[in-house]
Amino acid sequence: MKLIFEKRLPGITAVSLPEQNLPQNTSLPQELLRRDCDLPEVSEGELIRHYTALSRRNLGVDNAFYPLGSCTMKYNPKIHEKLARLDDFCESHPLAPAAAVQGNLELIWELEQALCEITGMDAFSLQPSAGAHGELTGLMIIKAFFKAGGQQRDTIITPDSSHGTNPASAAMCGFKILTLKSNARGEIDPNELEALMSEKVAALMLTNPNTLGLFDKNILRICEIVHNSGGLVYGDGANANAVLGMARFKDMGFDLVHLNLHKTFSTPHGGGGPGAGPLGVTRALRDYLPAPLVSKTENGFDYIDPPHSIGRVKAFNGNFSIFVRALAYIRGLGGEGLKRTGRIAVLNANYLRKLLENDFHLKYKTLCKHEFVIDDSTMPAGVTTMDLAKRLLDYGFHPPTVYFPLIVKGALMIEPTETESKQTMDNFARTLITIKQEAADNPELVKGAPYSTPVSRLDEVRAARNPVLRYSKEE
Amino acid sequence: MLGTIGVASIDALFADIPAPLLLKKPPRLGPALSEPELVRHITALARKNKRITASFLGAGCYHHFIPATVDAVISRSEFYTSYTPYQPEVSQGNLQAIFEYQSMLCELTGMDTVNASVYDGATALAESALMSVRINNKTKVVLSKTVHPQYREVVHTYCSAAGLGVQEVRTVNGCTDPAALDKLVDADTACVLVQSPNFFGLVEDLAAVSALAHTHGALCVVCVVEPTALGLLKPPGAFAVDITAAEGQSLGNAQNFGGPHLGIMGCKSEYVRRLPGRLVGMTRDSKDRRGFVLTLQAREQHIRRQAATSNICSNQALCALAAAVYLATLGYKGLRRVAELSASHAAYLYERLVELPGFEEVFPSPFYNEFVVRCPDAPAVNKKLAGAGILGGLMLENYYPELKNCLLFCVTEMNTRQDIDTLLEVLA
Amino acid sequence: MAHENPKDYRYTESHEWIKQEGDLCTCGITDHAQESLTDIVFVELPEVGGEVAQGDRVAVVESVKSVSDIYAPVSGKISAVNQELSSAPETINNDPYTAGWIFKIQCSNPQETESLLNQADYEKFVQEESH
Repeated sequence: MKLIFEKRLPGITAVSLPEQNLPQNTSLPQELLRRDCDLPEVSEGELIRHYTALSRRNLGVDNAFYPLGSCTMKYNPKIHEKLARLDDFCESHPLAPAAAVQGNLELIWELEQALCEITGMDAFSLQPSAGAHGELTGLMIIKAFFKAGGQQRDTIITPDSSHGTNPASAAMCGFKILTLKSNARGEIDPNELEALMSEKVAALMLTNPNTLGLFDKNILRICEIVHNSGGLVYGDGANANAVLGMARFKDMGFDLVHLNLHKTFSTPHGGGGPGAGPLGVTRALRDYLPAPLVSKTENGFDYIDPPHSIGRVKAFNGNFSIFVRALAYIRGLGGEGLKRTGRIAVLNANYLRKLLENDFHLKYKTLCKHEFVIDDSTMPAGVTTMDLAKRLLDYGFHPPTVYFPLIVKGALMIEPTETESKQTMDNFARTLITIKQEAADNPELVKGAPYSTPVSRLDEVRAARNPVLRYSKEE
Repeated sequence: MLGTIGVASIDALFADIPAPLLLKKPPRLGPALSEPELVRHITALARKNKRITASFLGAGCYHHFIPATVDAVISRSEFYTSYTPYQPEVSQGNLQAIFEYQSMLCELTGMDTVNASVYDGATALAESALMSVRINNKTKVVLSKTVHPQYREVVHTYCSAAGLGVQEVRTVNGCTDPAALDKLVDADTACVLVQSPNFFGLVEDLAAVSALAHTHGALCVVCVVEPTALGLLKPPGAFAVDITAAEGQSLGNAQNFGGPHLGIMGCKSEYVRRLPGRLVGMTRDSKDRRGFVLTLQAREQHIRRQAATSNICSNQALCALAAAVYLATLGYKGLRRVAELSASHAAYLYERLVELPGFEEVFPSPFYNEFVVRCPDAPAVNKKLAGAGILGGLMLENYYPELKNCLLFCVTEMNTRQDIDTLLEVLA
Repeated sequence: MAHENPKDYRYTESHEWIKQEGDLCTCGITDHAQESLTDIVFVELPEVGGEVAQGDRVAVVESVKSVSDIYAPVSGKISAVNQELSSAPETINNDPYTAGWIFKIQCSNPQETESLLNQADYEKFVQEESH
């Protein structure tokens, strides 16, 4: 398919703009003006055809089952899209006086209250743009907290099963990272943790339920160990869907936790973003949150700066139109509905796990939460997880998460979410089993997949050795 | 389904959670609202915002025209309900669109390589500082006071966390003071960060800043907060700038009360492996057809973990798509028209505003579509304008104490001559 | 295609090899390492003239889906780097023990190589590691 640059219609613009009817701005000297810029030139019709064709080479949750573990690809309600586009929201300026944007401030406040109620945390900053951004913010707070207390704690502990953003965020704050090896059950061994704790450890960063979809039964003891040593516990809330309305992060012992609105709270993934990663904290850490927060006063809503704020992590107020969608989601479900969400998510995952457990190897055969991990160790003829994933594309499914977490070799992490029907899951399980049979009968077929997509497997080695990252006319 | 699993109830599936943690009651969030009730609830919140008839407020977030093509494209659910394109065979739409976006932004900024987006202009600038330090291992960041105040805050937050020192350069006549800059930049300086057009709307001398930075072995980072300016002005790439950090909100993304916006990062090709964020590259498939993939992933957190170029994972992909559609819709011709309209309308307002009694010019340098004026009583001016449904300029005293009663006005192609004349009448 | 581990080389547990000629040592990564990495796409070479201690991270080798740190097997000064790897990183895959050398060190302490593994011990180590 041609690039939009290759569809050039010289001199054409795809929109009509007003005529110039006022004198030019003569304050700008000639030598500062540019002469040209090679942007596309297309008609509106050609442009729309181009992007429509591109969209048809793409797969979203609206097209297919998307059981990506840890991504929580649940359905994105359409009413949210409509509400996020209300003019009063879209046209509001973040630097407008508080009195002029009371609706926005109230929305932010209402969402913060709801997130506190759901997680048990005492306050939230909605400034972080994504989960990783929330982690970074949390780590900055941890650093500031100990500095204010005159303590020199320079180390973060994180399990080997953690998402890569955890150690990466810690490194950006200048922390040393100690990796804790998961035990045979993929959990944190409290004794091993205790052995690692010291007055140098600022925090333990962990995900619970963990990245294998398992709830760590020792969570209370784990947090206690960290707290006894004077450390803090940071919770990666990416798997919140598993415990929505059933358990709260604050009760588990977390001092900080981020949520992913684009996972648990149904805001769309957008092909990679935008999302939002609000950070919740306990009372003790509230004063360190990024400024400003929104507070409710008797005169309405206003901005307030936490007294020991770590500063800003982003300009303005956070990804506001994502908040609109998340709040709409929460209000549309209510408390009972959110609880039902968590319960069905866990039901679906365990059901799908049962459908697959006889044909695929599960390293962890126990009750799971909202996701579970299988691997390719029992696949015939050297067919790999990658081959399995690519063959799934031919059957119209988006594959599960592959090769993560790193502690399971050849992992396929499957998370159906609560918005999928029994039929879809039955179909998916049946397909995976069919592919396994294909691998036995005709391995080359599976190894050469996919066949029905616009492109077959791409040469990633070439892409990395000789990166071509932009269009050039000579191509 | 419970039968298949072998349990009697869903409760049994939560047996792995310690009993003290299991909530006895669901969260107190009120009843579920039906769709019409939900619309009423959220719309009622929206209506609490004050409706305005015209806005003259910029300062990092701009009211520009968004062509209908943008929403038509980003509303296609194959785009907006898709995940990050880690399975390229079913994500060619997304990957090609972002490759095209990267290409367009390279053209616009004059840089060799542009990434697939970061959160916003402010974090792009902060990440650029960290990137500079990764490149030359120096520890000092020099930051001009004419960079947006909130951007400077973010740079301070990020650099402080990373143990880097930040020194701010004072201004003279609304631009970075060249003498002060010369004093601050030395062999320990990793990078010099400037914004152009700067926070006051003025065009900085990028050639001089770039040359000075390079003489001391520092990188030159330019921040562009209002990129429609690049429809008219020479881009950072024309001044041998090493890294460009920009905010793409003006390009097809609504103001949205501050987010989601669009962080743009571009650099010289020699630094591409230090660039954070995702990158889409072109390649071939097994049948020699052209295709696109995420590439150079070994820089990123999911592979490099603590040694990654950044912790960034999710980005602003859909906002980047909006920017690409915007730029493709307008083309250079259209973007130039938008820039000329913005600049000429700004000049029109400026010339008449400084003629009003009590209003004065503050900085005599060339500006794009924002400018500073001094008036007798800034709060009173904005109050008067608000009374007429007009959102006035930003009061600068809160950010720059020396600029008492100064207002930063912004004018775009969305402010018609009529709008501007009305403002002048109200203030006359 | 397996490459034989040369008998006269020494090896580390982090899968580097070292060929010592007096106090000049040539270093690279072993066949086992290049095989695990699969297609190498980029090599980050050290600075010529830099001083390194045994065990310091001196180079990075990237494949599409992974990254490997390369450590100095001995202490000394980096006297040369294999520039060819900038344009042809796949040389390490094709010929890890000769053309795929990565850097040379002027050893400050030639005795350090004695603490490294010989060919037989390295092969035993690799066998045990894979279980």
